[in-house]
Amino acid sequence: MKEFLEGSRAVAEIIKLCKPGVISAYPITPQTHIVEELAQMVANGELSSQFINVESEHSAASVVLGASATGVRTFTATSSQGLFYMGEVIFNIAGVRLPLVMTCANRAISAPINIWNDQQDSISLRDAGWIQLYAENVQESADFHLIGYRVSEDKSIMLPVMICMDGFILTHGIESVDMPKQAQVDKFLPAYKALYKLDPSEPLTMGILADPDYYMEARYAIHATFKDVLELLPKVSQEFSDIFGRDYKDLLVEEYFTKDAEKVIVAMGSVCGTIKEVVDELRAKGKKVGLLRIISYRPFPYARIYEALKNVSKVAILDKSVSLGAYAPLASEIKSVFSNKKKLPKVISSFVAGLGGRDITLESIREIFRKLNAKELVQEFIDLKPELLKEQYE
Amino acid sequence: MKEIRIHARAGQGAITTASLLGYAYFAEGKYPYAFPHFGAARMGAPMNAFVRVDTKPVRLRSQIYNPNYVIIVDATLMRGYNCFSGLLDNGIAVVSGKEDLEVPRLKPGQKVFVVPANDIALKTIGRPLGNTALIGAFAAATGELKLNTLIEVVKFKFSGKIQEGNIEAIKQGFEYIQQRTENRV
Amino acid sequence: MFGPLIVKPEKSKGDKTGSWRIKVRPKYLQKNCIACKMCLLVCPENCIIGKEKNAFSTDYNFCKGCGLCAVVCPKADIEMVEEESLEDKKGMAK
Repeated sequence: MKEFLEGSRAVAEIIKLCKPGVISAYPITPQTHIVEELAQMVANGELSSQFINVESEHSAASVVLGASATGVRTFTATSSQGLFYMGEVIFNIAGVRLPLVMTCANRAISAPINIWNDQQDSISLRDAGWIQLYAENVQESADFHLIGYRVSEDKSIMLPVMICMDGFILTHGIESVDMPKQAQVDKFLPAYKALYKLDPSEPLTMGILADPDYYMEARYAIHATFKDVLELLPKVSQEFSDIFGRDYKDLLVEEYFTKDAEKVIVAMGSVCGTIKEVVDELRAKGKKVGLLRIISYRPFPYARIYEALKNVSKVAILDKSVSLGAYAPLASEIKSVFSNKKKLPKVISSFVAGLGGRDITLESIREIFRKLNAKELVQEFIDLKPELLKEQYE
Repeated sequence: MKEIRIHARAGQGAITTASLLGYAYFAEGKYPYAFPHFGAARMGAPMNAFVRVDTKPVRLRSQIYNPNYVIIVDATLMRGYNCFSGLLDNGIAVVSGKEDLEVPRLKPGQKVFVVPANDIALKTIGRPLGNTALIGAFAAATGELKLNTLIEVVKFKFSGKIQEGNIEAIKQGFEYIQQRTENRV
Repeated sequence: MFGPLIVKPEKSKGDKTGSWRIKVRPKYLQKNCIACKMCLLVCPENCIIGKEKNAFSTDYNFCKGCGLCAVVCPKADIEMVEEESLEDKKGMAK
């Protein structure tokens, strides 16, 4: 049924339909509304999950790790500093091969302290062994959580999934959302049955010490499993489409007018909506432009991206995060798609925009298309204010 | 596509206003996107909420710089901020304030309506929360939304005494502007 | 190269938070004041000045109208009053 819901509310409603056994989270802007809504549902008796209040994100992540290890479905959500505070547990959850879903309400990282949106938080944890999906709108934010559980708990995968939704823009944005029915969800997402779990009647140990004779294989197995995720995502997407009627294609990327495009912007998250508006505007003027939206950032769909961009002459990558001292994260990975390839774009330019909530306007996107010409640009910051860079400390 | 920018102070219910407006558009079969932008996260700090609405799902995620409509919840914001910045040439502004409130001269095609929303709210709801009266006034000033839709939205969102008071506030806000526009013609 | 990094004392004097005030402002009656300085200490904007009895006042350029001073005053010598009129507020800095 179509409802008019705040992004956070929509996510909470979806999580309710997924019936997690344990929820644990610590509030942080802009994630707060999601867990507030869930806590309310538990308090009202609408949701029979155990909601475990904790004193920090580190504990929240540890609680869901422990709960997941006992074989129940779990949920947590965080943002920015909270995600970093979870850091070591985040790696552990993937390392122990526990399936769970977490929302990352994308927010900038301190310092300077900033509560607004960019994608530095989740991007910085890209190597943690989590599947990362980036949502463009509220509908996707909700749907991807469902898909997240389905993929995460697949017996061939058993890896955690992070659903990344832009803070404020999506978490606090209110939109029309098609909410599924419980019966549909139950059909798509059967009750979770763990492959292995902590159970006193059948004792086992998880998270053991792996000395140099064993460690590499444990890590390699995760890496290799990501290849299976690439295969699985399109299949799950098809199942999802059959039941819910929304088609996310292969769930790896979305191609928007890329087929005959001469200039394409590559980006992730809600900014892609703004880019689509500019693509339509420029297409109406006869310009051959397009958008390649990365949905699955981990696993990174190299082959799929190659297919989408190999015939495009100029590619711009828009990062909403930076790797200080190096190419921006998405840019460097897109560039690496074309190493040792026969076909490749003539120009691959890198742009950084929207850090710490700096608004990315239609004009910002037009500027990227304008600057995407014969001269390759490395890390061009859009909407930068040079007047704020004149500080001298001597 | 229509764009509405709401100027208020944190704590004055601008997000509620945006979400009620959005819900009304939603109820009329449109695709609204209502969203806030916070400055300092403190009560009293100036903040904006926005509604962008279209006949198809809204994809544009930036803030609103060239609104069709401006709603000013707190008239004191007109000191120091240009609340009308970027308002389209045929744009309409609805301001909550006393009848004799001084409003800046705007362009010939632009219109400003002042509605004593807080006074209406005091009478109808018992607290000076003029948001629903403002929404009523907005509907009358712009012709964007039907009065009945707004009443349905309030019925859906609130219950009991609060519902009654808010419905009355919406009606009075609507009628206040309606009477004045009729007089003008 | 350095971006925005360091803030020197008094920078916030440029942030005239008085514009945040809605509806009410503190009024110093200056009748029963005992110069205990409780209001001065509790003020989150640190915008209350005065040393002697019955000689304290608020800088309305910065007062957000939170009302803590009126609550803390042991002599009830501070009242929260309606902003007289918009006219009255006009003189205030932007």
